[in-house]
Amino acid sequence: MSALPLVALVGNPNAGKSALFNALTGARQKLGNYPGVTVERKAGRLVLADGRPVELVDLPGTYSLDPASPDEQVTRDVVMGRQAGEKRPDALVIVVDAANLDNHLRFALELIALGLPTIVALNMVDLATRDGLELDAGALSRELGVPVVATVAVRKRGLDHLRTELEGLLNGAPSAYPAAATAARDFDATRQEARRIARAAIIRETPSRRLTAAVDRVALHPVFGLALLLALLFVMFQAVYAWSETPIAMIEGVAETAAGLARDSLPDGILRSFLVDGVINGVGSVVVFLPQILILFFFILMLEATGYMVRAAFLMDGIMAKVGLSGRAFIPLLSSFACAIPGIMATRTISDPKDRLTTILIAPLMTCSARLPVYAVIIGAFIPARDIGYGIGLQGFVLFCLYLAGIIGAMLVALVLRLTVTKGASGSFLMEMPKYQWPHPQDILLGLWQRAVIFLKRAGTIIFTSTVILWVLLSFPRVPEGDPASQVDHSIAGRIASGLNVVLEPIGFNRDISLALIPAMAAREVAVSALATVYSIDAGDDEAALEQSLGDRLKGQWPLPTALAFLAWFIFAPQCISTIAVTRRETNGWKWPIFMTVYLFALAYVAAGLTYWTAAALGLA
Amino acid sequence: MRLTDLPLRQPAYVDLIDWTSLSTIDAQRLREFGLCEGASVEALHHGGLLGRGPIACRVGRMIIAMRRAHAAAVTVRTGLDAGPEPQA
Repeated sequence: MSALPLVALVGNPNAGKSALFNALTGARQKLGNYPGVTVERKAGRLVLADGRPVELVDLPGTYSLDPASPDEQVTRDVVMGRQAGEKRPDALVIVVDAANLDNHLRFALELIALGLPTIVALNMVDLATRDGLELDAGALSRELGVPVVATVAVRKRGLDHLRTELEGLLNGAPSAYPAAATAARDFDATRQEARRIARAAIIRETPSRRLTAAVDRVALHPVFGLALLLALLFVMFQAVYAWSETPIAMIEGVAETAAGLARDSLPDGILRSFLVDGVINGVGSVVVFLPQILILFFFILMLEATGYMVRAAFLMDGIMAKVGLSGRAFIPLLSSFACAIPGIMATRTISDPKDRLTTILIAPLMTCSARLPVYAVIIGAFIPARDIGYGIGLQGFVLFCLYLAGIIGAMLVALVLRLTVTKGASGSFLMEMPKYQWPHPQDILLGLWQRAVIFLKRAGTIIFTSTVILWVLLSFPRVPEGDPASQVDHSIAGRIASGLNVVLEPIGFNRDISLALIPAMAAREVAVSALATVYSIDAGDDEAALEQSLGDRLKGQWPLPTALAFLAWFIFAPQCISTIAVTRRETNGWKWPIFMTVYLFALAYVAAGLTYWTAAALGLA
Repeated sequence: MRLTDLPLRQPAYVDLIDWTSLSTIDAQRLREFGLCEGASVEALHHGGLLGRGPIACRVGRMIIAMRRAHAAAVTVRTGLDAGPEPQA
């Protein structure tokens, strides 16, 4: 635990709390978890006006101290000083949306009554002005009995003022405002008091929310809104291909140069094979997908930051209700397109236990970014890069269809689950719709940076380790000099894979696929690095083969039905070990993770089989 | 009239809420959203292709989305019989 003074940032969802946190701490952030729960702890360092550092912790947004979900419970426990592993904050910064005073002040009053040194950040005053509100921060200070600072987090306005006030508070300076009466009030009395204070602080008010209302007329329209959502998703998946070509070529260039250097400067032998086949080709074949993963995250972060995500949930609620889910489940499911782990953790905001369990069980069916390298390599090798009209590329279109197949699969599975194992009354859908706003580039860049670090760490740890282990298993025992057998056939891994292949051969998988699927349990993208390592070792000293890209090699060795079956397998892709682990933690036991693994394996096997047999029957080659 | 029957973009006030028809947790969330007797309310959008989707409505200065089952628990009054804004 840090010895620095601890300041907690607390407030309603959509009060612009995270933007304020980013503006106050910059890139000096630390992500972690509260012990025993999977709620994320976001902390950073804030420097006061006198240069003294303070630890600032960003608590999950909540509407009251009466928690409805596990993350809201963390907020209550921290401010009450009851959260394990966290000391009670030395001060609170309550963030309220200037345009939604009535409501946010009710929670602020509840927090002020706790008696901790407190500052209120009257945030997003610019948007309130846009909506026709003029506020008197001084009047608010007098009524609340605590300092009130007007801020615009995304424009960095009011931050110095906030730091100065915080410094005074932590130095124990006497308050400039007489403490307001903090008698215990019930919910209704607090609400009425909040309303009275809000009236006192509002100088001028014209009821207008023109921008949001105008956009929503289209965005929430049953027909146009749905068309807009589909169009956005389509653009997202096209962009993943179209925007990533140049950066991918650059990373590939670096990897090739490194491999060439290693090949030229090292004598032929185990060390060279390890570096070139294992490290550079193996890990490099995964790092190459960083640009595509960042593009995907960019879209998801933008959809969240602009306020559109809740609109998407609203549009989807009707459809989700038909399979027994809530539109709310759409948000964790959409995050699962990036990675199922934050997706499954995000289901904590769903209060109905059966809704939540169903959402957890289908989250791995959303095509996570780890599957992107697999799809990208196969599509790149087997699907021709031609235009199918209207500027739509065939490759992007196939990728879109794969994502769609995952979604449809998930809906069908949810329907079956809700009629069987997670039977029960359907839950509810209650959400606040935030104002639209243009996100600040810094917030988006920070989010992308954190994702890039996580991905590269994975590449450097899990993916590196599994690639190295695979390289060892593939390289030993060595084929005796003069033996015509291939090194892969002779190796330990090759022999294991040949055994496994008995089961996988009927669905069109070859030995190399069987080989790649085992380490892919560690992380799905390892399937790609594993294939790269297999073919790199197989090529041996064959210069022409070494020059070939992984895609070209696959094209030469796999029939089309096998490639398609491989894609179909990864739509349902029995999930990675981390997903199983997070499911165990979130469902408190082994029952559901085992259930999930078994049903996903079964679906993947059937889907790959059907694809292979159909493609083969159609004579595709 | 129930909130489900309120024509779009017609300002109204909440007359009565049948809290007993809502689960404890949903009732609490709706209260936290500022839904209470006397609150100003306006239906903004009906979701779903056949009108069976959720309803987006303004409560005070906030826009919230709820399913029709919840909106049906809210009785509203509009126009002339609404009278002056009650100080709830």
